[in-house]
Amino acid sequence: MASERAPSDPPPARGADPYHPTSVAQAAAHGAAGLRGRPTPSEVIAGLRATSHGEDLVQLLSPEGVFTPHEDFPFTITGELLRSLYRDMVLVRRFDREGNALQRQGQLNIWVPLLGQEAAQIGAGRAMRPADMAFPSYREHGVAWCRGVDPTELLGIFRGTDHCGWNPKETRFNGYTIVIGNQVLNATGYAMGQKFDGVIGSHSEGVSGSTGGGRDAGTDEATIVFFGDGATSQGDVHEGMVFAAAFDAPVVFYCQNNQWAISEPVARQSRVPLWERSTGYGFPGVRVDGNDVLACLAVTRWALDECRSGNGPVMIEAFTYRMDAHTTSDDPTRYRMAAEEEHWKLLDPIERVRVHLAREGLADQAFFDEVGVEADELAARFRTFCVQMPKPTPDRMFANVYSEPHAGLQAQQREHAEYLAGFADGGES
Amino acid sequence: MTTTTTTLAKALNAGLRSAMEDDPKVIVMGEDVGRLGGVFRVTDGLQKDFGDNRVLDTPLAESGIVGTAVGLAMRGYRPVAEIQFDGFVFPAFDQITSQVAKITYRTQGAWSMPMVIRIPFGGGIGAVEHHAESPESFFCHIGGLRVVACSNPQDAYDMLRAAIACDDPVIFFEPKRRYWEKGDLDPDLHPGRVPGDPWPPACFTSVVRRAGTDVTVVSYGSSMPVLSAAADAAQDEGHSLEVIDLRTLSPLDLHPVVESVRKTGRLVVVSEAPRESSITADIAARVTEEAFYSLAAPVLRVAGYDTPYPPSRVEDEYLPDLDKVLHAVDRVLAY
Repeated sequence: MASERAPSDPPPARGADPYHPTSVAQAAAHGAAGLRGRPTPSEVIAGLRATSHGEDLVQLLSPEGVFTPHEDFPFTITGELLRSLYRDMVLVRRFDREGNALQRQGQLNIWVPLLGQEAAQIGAGRAMRPADMAFPSYREHGVAWCRGVDPTELLGIFRGTDHCGWNPKETRFNGYTIVIGNQVLNATGYAMGQKFDGVIGSHSEGVSGSTGGGRDAGTDEATIVFFGDGATSQGDVHEGMVFAAAFDAPVVFYCQNNQWAISEPVARQSRVPLWERSTGYGFPGVRVDGNDVLACLAVTRWALDECRSGNGPVMIEAFTYRMDAHTTSDDPTRYRMAAEEEHWKLLDPIERVRVHLAREGLADQAFFDEVGVEADELAARFRTFCVQMPKPTPDRMFANVYSEPHAGLQAQQREHAEYLAGFADGGES
Repeated sequence: MTTTTTTLAKALNAGLRSAMEDDPKVIVMGEDVGRLGGVFRVTDGLQKDFGDNRVLDTPLAESGIVGTAVGLAMRGYRPVAEIQFDGFVFPAFDQITSQVAKITYRTQGAWSMPMVIRIPFGGGIGAVEHHAESPESFFCHIGGLRVVACSNPQDAYDMLRAAIACDDPVIFFEPKRRYWEKGDLDPDLHPGRVPGDPWPPACFTSVVRRAGTDVTVVSYGSSMPVLSAAADAAQDEGHSLEVIDLRTLSPLDLHPVVESVRKTGRLVVVSEAPRESSITADIAARVTEEAFYSLAAPVLRVAGYDTPYPPSRVEDEYLPDLDKVLHAVDRVLAY
């Protein structure tokens, strides 16, 4: 115990102070880096656990395509399920690549690629029931696919003809939310509403969560919200977790840690693995191999079931990698090494399913060929639709700003129409 | 029902109670709104009568309050969120401008955003920093929001019920300096709105409070009693002021103002908010556009200065008061 000391006395030597460790081992044990101002390499590594794979990663299908059951997340795989997951991922990747191409050809203003995150998104999307509600960020083309949003409905945002091309109420897939982290609070509020509506905790049929069956059974609902590693630094994500905990809201916080927030690595966002943050809010967190569609499906299904049964919220960190740029406007060669991408190519989410299907005899070459043809047809339809999208009329600008009439806006709309009518051609564009 | 005399705060409470009785989807949320009844007691007794699933004491996070209200509105609720003081709304500003205001537009009408955000506003109560601000212009600048300000108990009741019934988000400013001032309240003066009723409801229009012939004076919220006193004082000096309460700040309803200026030729606009890029600036511009040839003098503004809100011991120098308004009236009459 420290003795009394006068303000003029020099500070005590730190060697005796357990809160100011002197050895690297001590520092690492506290999960801290740089307590003495200049961190040692070991301390840096200890502080960067957020960036590395660890033993805490839930994985069912290895990058080599080997299936290993996980005792916490029992899961029965069938050839049919695996083939449909494979098909979803291939189709989503195909139209995602077409989106990039359309931007390069001037048909889209921008595209936000999901390359590399197909398993994280298809696994989570397929875990949902129709009555569940999803709140995406802006890269969740794979979740949109699972919610029945046609890929062509995503195009308007990136071509500049609308801000949301699908009906979020009917698809139960909210509009893309571009301000980082806003949607986490909106999702939490929606889940609070589910709780107030009494649609959780009835333990009705289908809340088993361990197999592919029973997805549509039961009346209980849950919400899932998608955000990235960068978003975890936002106050809204923190507040969402605080509110969800305070109101026991049935919401799954699904963080796709793709390692990069544009140019900033995840180490800039967090010293600890992101899933560990859930502990601080008082609910469970799980880190899942985000390139393993089976693990993402099994863990998300479990998490949604937890929420439906009244044990929410739950956090999932899907550990994955953004294989492409942040958007088509970004240039990742300025901030990351090609070797990193090469490393992650070996962990590809689709290839491991393909290998497993082929090795186990669950699919033949004809199946893979069929999916390839279907993917090309989808891409062609996507492209044709895109290039034919008309410019919106001026009235679009004024439509749906309000649900009730707004005199000021109506006057401005009339003013604009009169301005256009003053041209010889009546303002036709 | 008969007319009673009550305070503005109690009229708001009665309005909330009435809306909650009429519609089980109306919920109240905010800091200290439950057991305490709010720091101004506007929500007094509601949690006791409606339960803690309809009157939510939230964690202390304004973005959280508004951001979760968005999700609740998507779920079919009609949240009435309280921001405890004007100067505390800024953490929620992101959610208000990025989500609340834009979701109906973004989703092409698939999702309406029926939400009321109540904000006690304005100074004159001797408070510490952040408790006496007038941030209404910020919200008027955002397409997708409606902004209103009440000034007396009857309007407080009618306007709050109309705001809750509205399918658009309404930023509802309450003149905190007038919370304890009394006035008449007849809850049945205006029947509750039903679908198909013409828009806007009468209480969401500007209103002439006092007819006059020489100078038009316009304001809203806490300054309305100042305008009444100014009209009395001017009358003693032989000048007739026409007093207008804007009530709706977005959209502005300038029809009564322009009509009045066509008669008086002189306009003084009063607001506690800082003067530049403000509601008062917009009114001056639009009256100039619409009634240029009727104006006998420049439109003058009596407003807060473009400083942070001052320490309360000098707030009487900052706020528009009787003398400042009469000074402006004298100046427009001198042209």
